[in-house]
Amino acid sequence: MTRGQTIAAQGLARRARWRAPEIVFWVLAFAALLLPPGKHLLLNEVAILALFALSLDLILGYAGIISLGHAAFFGAGAYAAGLFCKLVTPDPLAGLVVGIAAGALLGLLTSFLVLRGSDLTRLMVTLGVALVLHEVANALPQWTGGADGLQGMVVGPLLGRFDFDLYGRTAYAYSLATLFVLFLLARCIVNSPFGLSLMAIRRNSLRASALGVPVNRRLVAVYTLAAAYAGAAGALLAQTTAYVSLEVLEFQRSADVLLALIIGGAGWLYGGLAGAIVFKILQDTLASNAPQFWMFWMGLFLVVLALVGRERLSGGMRGLLARVARR
Amino acid sequence: MNAALETHGLAKRFGGIVATNDVTFRLERGARQALIGPNGAGKTTFVNLLTGVLTPSTGRVVLAGEDITRLRPEARVRRGLVRTFQINQLFGDLTPLETIALAVDERLGLGRDWRRRVGAVDAVSAEVEQVAERFGLLDVLDRRTDTLPYGKQRLLEIAAAFACAPQVLLLDEPAAGVPEAERRDILDAIAALPADVSVLLIEHDMDLVFSFARRISVLVDGGLLVEGEPEAIAADSRVRAVYLGERIDG
Repeated sequence: MTRGQTIAAQGLARRARWRAPEIVFWVLAFAALLLPPGKHLLLNEVAILALFALSLDLILGYAGIISLGHAAFFGAGAYAAGLFCKLVTPDPLAGLVVGIAAGALLGLLTSFLVLRGSDLTRLMVTLGVALVLHEVANALPQWTGGADGLQGMVVGPLLGRFDFDLYGRTAYAYSLATLFVLFLLARCIVNSPFGLSLMAIRRNSLRASALGVPVNRRLVAVYTLAAAYAGAAGALLAQTTAYVSLEVLEFQRSADVLLALIIGGAGWLYGGLAGAIVFKILQDTLASNAPQFWMFWMGLFLVVLALVGRERLSGGMRGLLARVARR
Repeated sequence: MNAALETHGLAKRFGGIVATNDVTFRLERGARQALIGPNGAGKTTFVNLLTGVLTPSTGRVVLAGEDITRLRPEARVRRGLVRTFQINQLFGDLTPLETIALAVDERLGLGRDWRRRVGAVDAVSAEVEQVAERFGLLDVLDRRTDTLPYGKQRLLEIAAAFACAPQVLLLDEPAAGVPEAERRDILDAIAALPADVSVLLIEHDMDLVFSFARRISVLVDGGLLVEGEPEAIAADSRVRAVYLGERIDG
């Protein structure tokens, strides 16, 4: 083996290596299960938002597809899981699979709408799809419960053994485990040749295609994948709260997940996770201190973050961490 | 034997403007051919028609005997028609290692593989290393592309295309904007391309054209004005007229 082969092979191996902070992060996340009751409901929300933001990161941070309507897939997963629970079986894992499938199917069908056009076109198209779905859900109260929400879900015990308790510990364990498994899959995918081709498409789709990358097919695939992830997040919310309301499809949800991802930094897998933690903690703290003004503080925080962070969209927490590390 | 690349009556109209006008063109296997022409002659449109970025109004593009007129750009790349860009089209914050690995993966049909990490296949990292070595990029493999000296970026521009294993390589002004000190590396890299790769050089720089090309095609106003060996082209009064602005009588 020549020295050169060593360089290329080692360099490529280094891309996918696990780093110590990653392991610490996950150990802490699972250790939080041992906390005394009280914070698990919030942690469950964090895990669900983290999964949702991870989903958005796959299309925005990796493939460069900006979306203002990602709640469409979240909502599809939530309603699918909710209806499945009421009509078929209360088993949560089966419902999760159904939620994922619903998100993926909707993602596949709408992916063709985002293939062409500029960022602005994509913003409008994704926003439009989510608005349409919201109205459809509103107009079908016999299925969705309309504005009253989908009520009467009785979610069965997880794995047939662990009941969902009032304190949310089972819920957090369930959401965190789902997040972890899907994170591992996402990590595998972004480090693969498929993931590398997405990164190339985001940076320069003209050149990616000139190097033989079938751009449209890759975009359809990742959009479907991300929609499946969002569907999983929606299903988790439906099952752990035993309720689905029209809020799952609201514009606010699409905006929040975009904010969370940008706070954490798009284009690295921990961006959505870190962003979700910061977003939820801020929301929780600010809302308990000044409920009517929390969005004011959130807005101020965003402005400061945008001014301090060097790379606007892709910087986020990663940029800040790097700056702190250099000091 | 089929030519490496041919066009038959290729034309492209944008509204009333004829950007490419009935071009019938032939690139032999192993060719070292140059396509020259003044600014606005339609060289870029012609290249875009060849690579599939644009669809011709009429005419055909034939690669090694196969009609590829309707194929998408990436399908043409997989059949061995690969180009470089006059203005770098690279992935700024990726490394040369990643860029070359991407091209090698796609060529080997591994681009849709999501289970294994990049480089898990030994053949890929071995080939990435060979390409990097050929273009003098081994020492910068792990650096961000946008921090590389301009000459290295131009080399990567060609290296990435070369990693697609081209049968026909379209080099669009490969040395454009490169400082004199780094220019030699690029000329050497081009001169060292394997003999079985057919090369079409699209170029303004006459020194480079006449040192490299064994045949020259001159494009003017979207149509082929003349083709021939370098000596004949240099002596051709019509070509001199186009480049020097002389009037042709008759």
